[in-house]
Amino acid sequence: MTLTESNPTGTGQVTTLDAKGLKCPMPIVKTAQAIKNVSSGDLLEVLTTDPGAVADFAAWSRSTGNELVEQTVADGVYRFVLRRK
Amino acid sequence: MSDQGEEPISLVLFSGTDDRLTAAAVLTAGAAALGRPVHIFLQYWALDAFRADKINMRRPLAPEAGPEGAAAVQQAHADGQQPWVETLRMAKEIGEVDIQACSLSMDILHLSADQLDPIVDGVEGVAAFYVNAGVGQVVFI
Repeated sequence: MTLTESNPTGTGQVTTLDAKGLKCPMPIVKTAQAIKNVSSGDLLEVLTTDPGAVADFAAWSRSTGNELVEQTVADGVYRFVLRRK
Repeated sequence: MSDQGEEPISLVLFSGTDDRLTAAAVLTAGAAALGRPVHIFLQYWALDAFRADKINMRRPLAPEAGPEGAAAVQQAHADGQQPWVETLRMAKEIGEVDIQACSLSMDILHLSADQLDPIVDGVEGVAAFYVNAGVGQVVFI
């Protein structure tokens, strides 16, 4: 299943934010910036190398209401997929 | 929404050292990213650091940094860590961040509002600060 197929409500657009190498709090700050340009129901994929991001993205999602739909880690890169509320 | 989505956070900045200003800027940016309004109240040496003619100056570190800590901070800057004022500017772009100068500190340091960097939104007294802080947390840095 692709990200686009898993998206029931938005326009089907997936935006990727490459925040690799950025230190706390920049991944979450850039995410807060980037989500403004995502339509409601569409997905934002964020790539980061900050280990604190696992706790941060869970908390950010809970607090802002943007759903964390997928979370993976490979080769030190954390990947989060968020659906704009 | 969570229970604390819109709860404001208030930071009293007292110290004008680079490390404390950086810590305050990081706390501000994080709160702004969460959608929490941030009120910043500038007193004494923190206020001095927001003078238009000083805001881009290299600041000293807190005494507890020591030579080893100073080297670590210098390395972080060399590796591209952005200056605290840039982090604050970014926080203002993404969220609701209000920066106010303490009127008593303005008086003590003989400052007028036009000497402050435009990132400062205004001058207020301690009563206004507390009223704006409301029921939210207040942190002194």
